[in-house]
Amino acid sequence: MNWLLSKVEELSGENLYACYQCGKCSAGCPMVEEMDLLPNQVILLVKLGDESVVEAKSPWVCAQCYQCGVRCPREVDIAKIMEAIRLIKLRKNIDHIKLENVEKNLPQIAIVSATRKYTG
Amino acid sequence: MEMGYYPGCTLKTNAKVFEDSLLKAFEKIGIKLKELNKWYCCGTVYSLATDNLMYRLAAIRNLIRAKEDGHEKLVAPCSICYNTLKQANLMAKSDEEAMSKINAFMDEEPDYDGSVSVIHPLEVIEAKLQEIKAAVKKPLGKKYAAYYGCLLLRPKEIAIDEHENPSIMERLIEALGGSVVNFPLKNECCGSYNVASNKEAVIDANYRIITNARRNGADAIVTSCPLCHFNLKEMQKEVKKVHPEFAGLPVYYFSELMVEAFGIEMEG
Amino acid sequence: MARKSKKGEKQEMEMVRIYIMGKEYKVPAGLTIMKAMEYAGYRYIRGAGCRAGFCGACATVYRKEGDYKLHADLACQTTVEDGMWLVQLPFTPANKAIYDMDKIEADDKTLVNFYPEIARCVSCNTCTKACPQELDVMDYIQASLRGDIAKAAELSFDCIQCGLCAMRCPAEIAHYHVAQLARRLYGKYIAPKARHLEERVKEIEEGKFDEEMKKMMKMSVTQLRKLYNARDIEPEED
Ligand code: SF4
Ligand code: SF4
Ligand code: SF4
Ligand code: SF4
Ligand code: FES
Repeated sequence: MNWLLSKVEELSGENLYACYQCGKCSAGCPMVEEMDLLPNQVILLVKLGDESVVEAKSPWVCAQCYQCGVRCPREVDIAKIMEAIRLIKLRKNIDHIKLENVEKNLPQIAIVSATRKYTG
Repeated sequence: MEMGYYPGCTLKTNAKVFEDSLLKAFEKIGIKLKELNKWYCCGTVYSLATDNLMYRLAAIRNLIRAKEDGHEKLVAPCSICYNTLKQANLMAKSDEEAMSKINAFMDEEPDYDGSVSVIHPLEVIEAKLQEIKAAVKKPLGKKYAAYYGCLLLRPKEIAIDEHENPSIMERLIEALGGSVVNFPLKNECCGSYNVASNKEAVIDANYRIITNARRNGADAIVTSCPLCHFNLKEMQKEVKKVHPEFAGLPVYYFSELMVEAFGIEMEG
Repeated sequence: MARKSKKGEKQEMEMVRIYIMGKEYKVPAGLTIMKAMEYAGYRYIRGAGCRAGFCGACATVYRKEGDYKLHADLACQTTVEDGMWLVQLPFTPANKAIYDMDKIEADDKTLVNFYPEIARCVSCNTCTKACPQELDVMDYIQASLRGDIAKAAELSFDCIQCGLCAMRCPAEIAHYHVAQLARRLYGKYIAPKARHLEERVKEIEEGKFDEEMKKMMKMSVTQLRKLYNARDIEPEED
């Protein structure tokens, strides 16, 4: 097993081999238009050990809406996989955004969420 | 009847109108929401990593405060807070190993056992629809699109209603004398925290969702989440820059409709 | 160790073992950490000020034998104990936001706009446990996050800016700077204005007391003391 896959499985608790690439997750994903990789492609690339997924747009645009997970026929929770990929970067103490640059006067809820998803 | 109430940061700021209207509306149907004596930011989005217990401390600490204040039920109106507190509470009930670590870490707190139940005001409302009907003084009359977003419905374990086709909010609107429109995007994500990092995603989502509601004949959108509210309402200005033909819609919290129909005067 | 008392007979002085940056020293029991370090031969060039628990310059952290807790305290206020492992943390690097008090407003976003990192607080309570002033540090950060400036100001009133909270915080918050801004905003924009203060300042500016001041400047210390003791004290207002 490549290190990326084992790390993602460890952090997400999900079995990526359960995925049979039906694409249902991507079909229902509300953020898919903003993504460079479809959610099912993200899964495939992790299985192939392609580390470029960490810097791809998709994990960072994923809004943790859980739509993919509730629709997946194989009960793969893709939101958890996206989180695991984000954490691979964030846990190296590399932030994805600079908090100082976040627009001022957003509701607290947006700022707190951003700190949780984009800073380590 | 008295119930514990967890406001969350945003109901004290951007969504003050949500708090004010909800407290008044609930008082009208005989429920006093009593704010916790002490509470902390729940951490918003629930942490999904298997080992990230740190991000769940705040939620558990809030549940301990609720228990300390003697509440069996804790009402969390903000959809994100609801989701986070509820998922943390499920963990407290089912994941012994995680809880033993959390309890050991928070050595200044009593152990928590998952015994507080986290509920959303819409769940309370569902059992009170008769009282609500009886309290209506000025029936609403307009057509509304009930927007649930994600976090009241997913993951399934925390859903307040049928997750693909919920209807609590519609039933409330009808009880208040309004009518509801068919709204396929009622549980589609508003883009959430992308507003802090990738606004385009929110602008696109806003355009899709509001246009869908308009095409189905809605006069307004109704929601229960301060972040959905912000993304759907405040971001309309930005949508207009990209789509000049975009007409927009007013966005309300469900509790605002309640006070309106109950004929309660709000200050300010 | 023994020393001679005045009468010439030997008296045992109780000594304790402490470890300063890992090196063992025997120092008299009952000394503060600050005095014990000086006893051991260290000289404070920085990291000491008032020596009375007010200035916050002498932050120190230590562990005790058989206790996993990392304690944080003021060196001038804490008595050494046998088996203490300690080090001084005289300074905590932290950025202070730049603002002009006359130009900023006190609203529910001011604190989080200047210090967005407060949104990273995970409510771990480590800051509260570290605070030598026993403040509810986590609570004032939480109040700051939700825009409750008055509460943040009130809860942080006794902060001496020692920096220990900031050194321990996993969210990398510089608590005391946030709190200072909260108190400044509170003082300038929120607290009720003292009724007589503005009038009195105006009187001073108008020169109403110039004559009296001149007179006093010529007085001797004894005269001044007499005058001071005989002053009128206004009853406190509610
Ligand atoms: S829906 Fe499930 S099985 Fe289908 S591609 Fe997505 S993750 Fe794989
Ligand atoms: S959780 Fe993320 S990947 Fe899944 S549907 Fe939502 S936005 Fe798409
Ligand atoms: S709040 Fe922080 S800086 Fe202030 S006294 Fe306490 S530990 Fe020191
Ligand atoms: S130490 Fe930092 S993260 Fe922990 S409660 Fe204090 S401010 Fe919050
Ligand atoms: S030297 Fe001032 S507080 Fe210790």
